[in-house]
Amino acid sequence: MDNNHIHLTLNIWRQETPSLKGYFEEFKQDVSPDSSLLEILDEINNRLEAEGKRPIAFESDCREGICGTCGLVVNGHPHGPLPKTATCQLHMRNFNDGETLFIEPFRATAFPIIKDLIVDRSGFDKIQQAGGFVSFNAGSAPDANSILIPKKIADLALDAAECIGCGACVAACKNSSAMLFVSAKVSQFAILPQGQPERYERVQAMVKVMDENLFGSCTNTYACEAECPKGISVSNIARMNREYISAKFKTEELVD
Amino acid sequence: MIKLDSHVPEGNISEKWPNHKFSMKLVNPANKRKYDIIVVGTGLAGASAAATLGELGYKVKAFSYHDSPRRAHSIAAQGGINAAKNYQNDADSVFRLFYDTVKGGDFRSREANVYRLADVSNNIIDQCVAQGVPFAREYGGMLANRSFGGAQVSRTFYARGETGQQLLLGAYGSLNRQIHLGNVTMFSRREMLDLVVVNGKAQGIIVRNLVTGEIESYSAQAVILATGGYMNVYFLSTNAMNSNATASWRAHKRGAVFANPCYTQIHPTCLPVHGEAQSKLVLMSESLRNDGRIWVPKKIGDTRSPKDIPEAERDYYLERKYPAFGNLVPRDVASRNAKYVCDEGRGVGGGRAVYLDFSEAFNRIGKEGVKDKYGNLFDMYQNITGTDPYEVPMQIYPAPHYAMGGLWVDYNLMSNVPGLFVLGEANFSDHGANRLGASALMQGLADGYFVVPYTLGNYLTTEKPAKVDPKSNEFKEAENNVKENVSKLLNVNGKQTVDSIHKRLGHILIDKVGMSRSETGLKQAIKSISELREEFWKDVKIVGKGNELNQTLERAGRVSDFLELGELMAIDALNRNESCGGHFREEYQTVEGEALRRDDEYSYVAAWEFKKPGVWELNKENLEFDNIKLATRSYK
Repeated sequence: MDNNHIHLTLNIWRQETPSLKGYFEEFKQDVSPDSSLLEILDEINNRLEAEGKRPIAFESDCREGICGTCGLVVNGHPHGPLPKTATCQLHMRNFNDGETLFIEPFRATAFPIIKDLIVDRSGFDKIQQAGGFVSFNAGSAPDANSILIPKKIADLALDAAECIGCGACVAACKNSSAMLFVSAKVSQFAILPQGQPERYERVQAMVKVMDENLFGSCTNTYACEAECPKGISVSNIARMNREYISAKFKTEELVD
Repeated sequence: MIKLDSHVPEGNISEKWPNHKFSMKLVNPANKRKYDIIVVGTGLAGASAAATLGELGYKVKAFSYHDSPRRAHSIAAQGGINAAKNYQNDADSVFRLFYDTVKGGDFRSREANVYRLADVSNNIIDQCVAQGVPFAREYGGMLANRSFGGAQVSRTFYARGETGQQLLLGAYGSLNRQIHLGNVTMFSRREMLDLVVVNGKAQGIIVRNLVTGEIESYSAQAVILATGGYMNVYFLSTNAMNSNATASWRAHKRGAVFANPCYTQIHPTCLPVHGEAQSKLVLMSESLRNDGRIWVPKKIGDTRSPKDIPEAERDYYLERKYPAFGNLVPRDVASRNAKYVCDEGRGVGGGRAVYLDFSEAFNRIGKEGVKDKYGNLFDMYQNITGTDPYEVPMQIYPAPHYAMGGLWVDYNLMSNVPGLFVLGEANFSDHGANRLGASALMQGLADGYFVVPYTLGNYLTTEKPAKVDPKSNEFKEAENNVKENVSKLLNVNGKQTVDSIHKRLGHILIDKVGMSRSETGLKQAIKSISELREEFWKDVKIVGKGNELNQTLERAGRVSDFLELGELMAIDALNRNESCGGHFREEYQTVEGEALRRDDEYSYVAAWEFKKPGVWELNKENLEFDNIKLATRSYK
């Protein structure tokens, strides 16, 4: 592996508390092309700590692109310029010597900043709590193979279920819409037989809580799909719209 | 000394759990809501336990240091989950899964627990499918299976390379439903920093609110820890950045004994280390060993590119040494052999990596066939290394991955502190000295969905724990303990960063308490770690305050615990004068270089009782093998 370091200028968003005004702080850094962007932030933080200065607050956990914890806007792109890549999987070999990077938190009214690059995404949990499940108690399941599911359907459901809940779709959208996130879960259960009993209640309940939590409307720009680290398709949004309309017709007598 | 009673029920192995379920006392449905239960950690084990207890009607408080339960590191498990369904008609059975797990664990686990695990494995698959987990399917609509290391049957259920994610999101859904119904209250961004013990019983926890820095007390009639494993003690591991041992360790210091800390799993199929700045190691699912062949050059220091090394000059060392299991030997065997060939200087380019080569599979099922099975893993490899694995063989090297050791629990998953239950990777119970692939997800969900919901009720009805006021003296004492600890850390005001000390601890451990251990090395490790711990408390530097979001302070607390745990790992490894599973002592090997177990002297669980930092007392639980004959583990 290559050990030729490259030199980068990083402008990183600093904001000590939610109410204080934020600003960009500039850092010059020699980096290994094999390091990830988050490892560069680790290095900067170690240097700051050794100098007794306040390190940059940012979140990450698995660093394998699956937990959805990390999420930074790099040069205007949530999770950076590479398609289908979470911030933690963004390696410095994708940047050129002498390049300048701007690193910011996800920005949306629904994701208030807590500190520096950390935002509050609890709105996502609230939406899932409203209906992102099959109502079913442990212990009462039939044999797993008694529910037959065509391979194509299982694959389609998994395509939607792969969403990592990072919030890049919201950060990418000019309306801060969470439609891609919500539709991924709605689609998974609309497609699968297990989701049928609560199909119409689910979509209405989740959309209602989505709206209550200050996420905007979808105007079909597809920015969400373009920035999604898992490549979740906007066709899920179309499906959710169909489900929502169908629910209005089908469940008048069943749902408030 | 503590008397460790495993409380394994009487009777034939297959009847123990059914009989126990019948003989346990029940809590009347209307009374369940009178009980407050704390669940710490909301990964597979914690989320499934919290959800199921909520379904039963208990009042549950669930805690996570993440912003959401969906972030827990269970989510990163790739390969799959085992169950004894025998859907492939390949002569699998509960007994065979039980047998494979006991043998895979090198005969250092408790038979009764493992049998129950194998027994409920089938319920887990039913449960997850009913939740809408999109497992891989065959064209006829049936569930698909693949094989995994340490087994000769296909019993692993999977969802691409994202099985852990799908299972965790299933449990997260069930948890969300209970939060919605008001049975579970979720406390996110809280880190448990102490256990509250009142009259000998676990009655609550002290947490730090990670956003405000406030120290908060929560009271309950039982506490369930499902806080994962401790492999980040090595600094570089496949665990998530925040995975830590603090909740378990603080409970240990309140009296819970810690079992088999030296049983650590170094996973064979991880990406090699790229440099000093590396923050963690990335695992590639071991399912890759189904179709990938592992080899190194026969010649020492061969620097030719792999395509220039002819077949005759390659050493497929696992296939050569273990013809029956080949590339699918258990993890400890695969890892140790990778270390040996690299120690000989036969690693890739003379370094610390071996090839994982898919050329044979490309010829057999085509690149498309390989892509269908492992596409996302190949993408991940290319993304991280910048090399295309469809063109150039992958390079892999072992990395610290899973802790078999953990807090000691009895058959009911209760620690020696009454009312403190421990689930999933945080306990020591099911994997002995080595865990087989696709068994961690199985254990986490078995514990949470199907074991603790029963055994907890029995504890509540027999022991009748009281409701304790969180303003009582015991809570105040624990709160002060936490506050003092936080201010002690902040007041050291030395020169070294938390990470730099953690890295040094990691180097000591991987070198001396890693894949291969010796008496001399372990004695050095014990000395170096205790010196490093002193250095930490004299010279660590933590910027910022306690009453704010302070990630350095969070890490410092965790590293201070790792500095105690690391020493205990070395002490435990030194005490165990034998080789078994992930614990390989150089003094104890066969003439062929395989692990030499010493059943007469070491067929016991080593459960360590904390006396003071650096001082522990050994307690033993003898292991009886009534159903599986103790034998030398052979994969030849």
